[in-house]
Amino acid sequence: MYRSHVLICGGTGCTSSGSAAIEKALVSEIEKNGLKEEVQVVKTGCFGLCALGPIMIVYPEGTFYSMVKVEDIPEIVEEHLLKGRVVTRLVYQETVTDNGIKSLQDTAFYKKQNRVALRNCGVINPENIDEYIGEGGYQALAKVLTEMSPDDVIQTILDSGLRGRGGGGFPTGMKWKLARNIVKDADQKYVCCNADEGDPGAFMDRSVLEGDPHVVLEAMAIAGYAIGATQGYIYVRAEYPIAVERLEIAIKQAREYGLLGNNIFGTDFSFDIGLRLGAGAFVCGEETALMTSIEGNRGEPRPRPPFPAEKGLFQKPTILNNVETYANIPQIILNGSDWFASMGTEKSKGTKVFALGGKIHNTGLVEVPMGTTLRTVIEEIGGGIPNGKKFKAAQTGGPSGGCIPAEHMDIPIDYDNLISIGSMMGSGGLIVMDEDNCMVDIAKFFLEFTVDESCGKCTPCRIGTKRMYEMLDKITRGQGTLEDIDKLEELCYYIKQNSLCGLGQTAPNPVLSTLRYFRDEYVAHVVDKKCPAGVCKHLLSFEIDPEKCKGCTLCSRVCPAGAISGAVKTPHVIDKDKCLKCGACIEKCKFGAISKK
Amino acid sequence: MKIEELNAIRDKMKNQVTLRAEDPDSTKVLVAMGTCGIAAGARDVLTAFADGVAENNIEKVMVSQTGCIGNCQLEPIVEILEKGKDKVTYVNMNADKAKEVIEKHLIGGQVVSEYTI
Ligand SMILES: Cc1cc2nc3c(=O)[nH]c(=O)nc-3n(C[C@H](O)[C@H](O)[C@H](O)COP(=O)(O)O)c2cc1C
Ligand code: SF4
Ligand code: SF4
Ligand code: FES
Ligand code: FES
Repeated sequence: MYRSHVLICGGTGCTSSGSAAIEKALVSEIEKNGLKEEVQVVKTGCFGLCALGPIMIVYPEGTFYSMVKVEDIPEIVEEHLLKGRVVTRLVYQETVTDNGIKSLQDTAFYKKQNRVALRNCGVINPENIDEYIGEGGYQALAKVLTEMSPDDVIQTILDSGLRGRGGGGFPTGMKWKLARNIVKDADQKYVCCNADEGDPGAFMDRSVLEGDPHVVLEAMAIAGYAIGATQGYIYVRAEYPIAVERLEIAIKQAREYGLLGNNIFGTDFSFDIGLRLGAGAFVCGEETALMTSIEGNRGEPRPRPPFPAEKGLFQKPTILNNVETYANIPQIILNGSDWFASMGTEKSKGTKVFALGGKIHNTGLVEVPMGTTLRTVIEEIGGGIPNGKKFKAAQTGGPSGGCIPAEHMDIPIDYDNLISIGSMMGSGGLIVMDEDNCMVDIAKFFLEFTVDESCGKCTPCRIGTKRMYEMLDKITRGQGTLEDIDKLEELCYYIKQNSLCGLGQTAPNPVLSTLRYFRDEYVAHVVDKKCPAGVCKHLLSFEIDPEKCKGCTLCSRVCPAGAISGAVKTPHVIDKDKCLKCGACIEKCKFGAISKK
Repeated sequence: MKIEELNAIRDKMKNQVTLRAEDPDSTKVLVAMGTCGIAAGARDVLTAFADGVAENNIEKVMVSQTGCIGNCQLEPIVEILEKGKDKVTYVNMNADKAKEVIEKHLIGGQVVSEYTI
């Protein structure tokens, strides 16, 4: 019997910061100290605090060590595991208080969270099915198969109010109901899982797959029972090798236990799941493109109707749900629809996982009840904006979403509220921007992404987004006119209305929302030829203030263009024609003599 | 797999995974594991508590260690912190006494006063 568990994060973030070497060192130190029988090392999935990685938690105390290095391991093992003395120096400093060490659960980052979809992430070993079962895993499947009819299952999901977490927010129960009933005598139906996660900056689906892969398998089997399908497919991007590996292990273990396969729990329900790897094109996350890709063809969208519920994968009735959507299902079955519906707002129930990034203290994954305000997420859970800078906007929904300005910080986050202020939930990327971000530049960034990712099948998207990008580029170079801004806006509406799939239909959103809230910044670029945030290089001019310059020559030595001249101890001067606007000189000058305007 | 088998695995694993669920209401058994404590046999005491709690399926008890308390001649020392009650300190413990404390104190709710200070 182990008296202590050391959990070490094996998610993508921590793996890239070296957690595998730490795990090895830990195991060997534990052995060296004769603690092998007492202390268990558990490799888990992502804790959601990847920026602090590699992460390690010691239970039962719940001591949270962050940014652990291999060199620290002997000390942690000897002091903490052997002698019971927490190594305060190496503990995540937010948890250090005057009365000792707080557990991670008591930090501001965790306290306001409510983990449903992420409940097992960072808690269990995802490569051991027994740990999932120990947390109540596969009980929901057992309940469904032995106590509920398919219609009961669908009714429970409908009543829970669960809506799709992949972006669209379509009611999940409704989707299942359509797939169950629309074609009466289908010989085959399919259950698909969308694990393509193309939104740059989003990684919640990856974290669920890495940290709790069985929850997706269990939920898909439940969906299969509900709609009458015996085969499922998970479409996961090949750039997620850890997720793919854990899914493979999970599927194998579930088959060995007979939790996938024929006659599950001795009933006449059979269900199996296959993996399909995507090459990582953003458009392949769109439902019809995804199915086309699983069929072995080039991942291009096709017109709807017919909707997948009627003619989906291989022309058979199909449902497609997002990873996070599935991660909620077993809990809804076990705890009931009322439990789930008690969280959230009137039309958006449950919780939502966000990937917090950008100008924020605690970057990472957070799961909060729907209806939590942006202010709570950013200021309390996220710990606010670093360096005393001012909040400017939060971007949600990635390339399909928009920016939320400070004036809407107190709006409860849910599907409908976000749409009403010109953004959208999207998959849950949440990028915080401060006064140093230029909104025109942000819009340009997302358009560059869409231009690259447009599959090219329809003209409004292929050509339209390209034209939009060119106009934005022109504006950031200071060559735009007020007329260009109007033309840009017009083009946005045209593309929205005429594109074939969601990619094109939502691509203009980043531009429309920045125009709506930050039009003055666009105007400053074209009229004053200035970038107020000091980002757009072509509009910047670097100058040395002769009053402050001490002539230390540091700047002229770092300038890659040789643009700075001046004798020692006399004020230096920048040759504007040569200057590349790289900013290197500003960083070097100790006297704050150089400014960009 | 039958549902009974699923439940059996769940029950077997439950002890394992609940170690990671922090419950502020749980009773804490803290074994002092300073150098002197370890020399006096604190390790056996710790193991006895950990095993005993698991074997008897005692819920809401967390077995952990602390550093040296500064009473080396009384080691091994065990503190039991129960919510809403005074701290109980057992001294000069060994594995057998630990078993007794588990039975009488943790299960039975009676402090074994002959081992306290
Ligand atoms: C261009 C584009 C990309 C998309 N990418 C994803 C994705 O990566 N993951 C995802 O779950 N849904 C994505 N979607 C949404 C899917 O088309 C689909 O609505 C969703 O997977 C349905 O699952 P849900 O109802 O559980 O949200 C994308 C949609 C579009 C238009
Ligand atoms: S809208 Fe864009 S991504 Fe979608 S089908 Fe048309 S070209 Fe392809
Ligand atoms: S911004 Fe870069 S190129 Fe321009 S003067 Fe400074 S160092 Fe030289
Ligand atoms: S990968 Fe370790 S905390 Fe996210
Ligand atoms: S060289 Fe002029 S202030 Fe640095």
